[in-house]
Amino acid sequence: MTDPSSGPDSGGALPDQRRPAPTEAGPGVVKRGSFGANGSGDTSGFGGLVRRPWSPAPAERPYGEPFDEVTDALVAAYPGSGEAITKVVVDRGELTFHVRREHLVDLCRTLRDDPGLRFELCSSVSGVDYLGTPDRLHSVYHLTSMTYRRRLRLEVSVSTEDPHVPSVTSVYPTADWQERETYDMFGIVYDGHPALTRILMPDDWDGFPQRKDYPLGGVPVEYKGAMIPPPDERRSYT
Amino acid sequence: MTSSSDARGARTAGVGTDEARGGNAPDPYASARETTEGRVYTVTGGDFQEVLAGSGDPIDDERMVLNMGPQHPSTHGVLRLVLELEGETVTQTRLVIGYLHTGIEKNTEYRTWTQAVTFLTRADYLSPIFNETAYSMAVEKLLGIEAPERATLLRVMLMEINRVSSHWVWFATGGMEIGALTAMTNGFRAREWCLDVLELITGLRMNHAYVRPGGVAQDLPPGAVEEIRSWLDKMRREAHDLEKLLTGQPIWQARLKDVGFIDVPGALSLGVTGPLLRASGLPWDLRKTQPYCGYETYDFDVPTSDRGDCWARYEVRLAEIRESLKIVEQVLERLEPGPIMVADRKIAWPAQLALGPDGLGNSLDHVKKIMGQSMEALIHHFKLVTEGFRVPPGQVYTVVESPRGELGAHVVSDGGTRPFRVHLREPSFINLQAVPALTEGGLIADVIAAVASVDPVMGGVDR
Repeated sequence: MTDPSSGPDSGGALPDQRRPAPTEAGPGVVKRGSFGANGSGDTSGFGGLVRRPWSPAPAERPYGEPFDEVTDALVAAYPGSGEAITKVVVDRGELTFHVRREHLVDLCRTLRDDPGLRFELCSSVSGVDYLGTPDRLHSVYHLTSMTYRRRLRLEVSVSTEDPHVPSVTSVYPTADWQERETYDMFGIVYDGHPALTRILMPDDWDGFPQRKDYPLGGVPVEYKGAMIPPPDERRSYT
Repeated sequence: MTSSSDARGARTAGVGTDEARGGNAPDPYASARETTEGRVYTVTGGDFQEVLAGSGDPIDDERMVLNMGPQHPSTHGVLRLVLELEGETVTQTRLVIGYLHTGIEKNTEYRTWTQAVTFLTRADYLSPIFNETAYSMAVEKLLGIEAPERATLLRVMLMEINRVSSHWVWFATGGMEIGALTAMTNGFRAREWCLDVLELITGLRMNHAYVRPGGVAQDLPPGAVEEIRSWLDKMRREAHDLEKLLTGQPIWQARLKDVGFIDVPGALSLGVTGPLLRASGLPWDLRKTQPYCGYETYDFDVPTSDRGDCWARYEVRLAEIRESLKIVEQVLERLEPGPIMVADRKIAWPAQLALGPDGLGNSLDHVKKIMGQSMEALIHHFKLVTEGFRVPPGQVYTVVESPRGELGAHVVSDGGTRPFRVHLREPSFINLQAVPALTEGGLIADVIAAVASVDPVMGGVDR
């Protein structure tokens, strides 16, 4: 297993595709202890474990091919790219642009139509909830360029108080159901979506099940005389 | 939070909430009565007289909204189609899904990295090996490790056996839905032979949990290679027989030809991949275009057609079975003894399995060693199984070409012993979006053929 805490690259060498990108301390929840052993006079030492939140460190040029080529083509084709892209991450051979939501739709249109980019297929739209960070809800887009056989990830982050992201259905009609699913599970509101309703959960469901603060549910079960708690209440090692 | 029984009650009523319909407006499709639990709608059917009486003379107005499913033998699983008809012509198709939603993605966040495989294999239950491989490749990419050579070969072989079995189910269910019952009996018989092979190798017919992060659960049992060779012969014969049975058959042709058309730009904008896209004419197969698991070293073709209709999808799937058999044969020639799990004991699950009197279990030798000789091994075994291993933080997206198209696994780690987020980009889910494009403007009978040709698996659609 590679060491996750390796420092930032020095000397401008191309990053090894296989190695995880360096991470930096980020905002978020500090996790303490293990086995739920907090303040219980635990002497095992597990109560003293501390895991700090992280965020991926921004990549520095050169990113390595073909990421430099993609970035150059995008900078040339999209005038506001400096403002639109807040952070570029190169991690494990994958390129991620963190994008301001105001620019998302125009950026996607450029990525799809520019002859040097040609990301024709929007493979996947999904959400991730980084509980504890300021803009905790991330809307993640995986784009595929069938012409150049490349992939690219766009990430937009919003808060739960203002969970609005413009819909990309006008550029990629395939995002229709995927945005509905992300709304259903995370409560990200896609403005401009033709019919943003729940898709997997019942129409009248309250809450957004895949948010990290939404309980998993379940009941304790008796097994050979012992009560087994539901999975989200079992002892945690993380 | 609404309790699930309430939610299910509202769902059976089938039609949104009061607010959505604007207060107390009567619903033309369901009678309502007030109860202490709120308003309850009753959908009984058999009310054509009343419904049509409300909207005028049925001869003047042939517009009808027909609800097909969710429990209907022709909807390919618990899929509900809401069709607006003008006579026999479909003017609008709306799909309602979610009846099989089991929260697989959320559940994985409360299990270890290895246990998550057991959940994900149940998503698209007709192609479990693909779900497992996509996820395991993602975890391996996060860890920065690579499965050993033999494990990769076994993955490729099982994926192709699984692709064949999945396509057989398509022939069986698709054939049954449009009335070709011999296609069903032949298809399910052939699929059963595929499941026999999978059972011999993994121990289970379905939901194998065989591919694990770092490799596969166990090596081939004795006699498996001979068994697979005889299976290959059987499959070639079955494919030949099925082709002879169906290709020249006039009814089969009439039901499939020029039905459910979609072209390449339409498919791409709707995100449609897999046999549907290839039947429209684009040879986009991730095994060729973005190879993984060493697929670039195998000799096989990507069957395509430019018709873009249900018939083309039939031809493409039939040809894909033959290509998969070619790959399995090449794997058998390459198989050499070797490890099937990474050497790192901090990741590889203790997989010393043996056939016990009560089925598969840990081998007695292994149990004897950890219980009698090596306390450290026992502790290690226990920690690895209960606590699991840690995965460095980050996110990856890995793809495999499943029988239904691009299957992607978006996996996020926060550095802990459990996945932070797992999302499956399910080709069935995405491809289903094309159903309105395939069916609107056609006849209602062709809806069945079109939905069948998409081959959605609701376990994957709803996850």
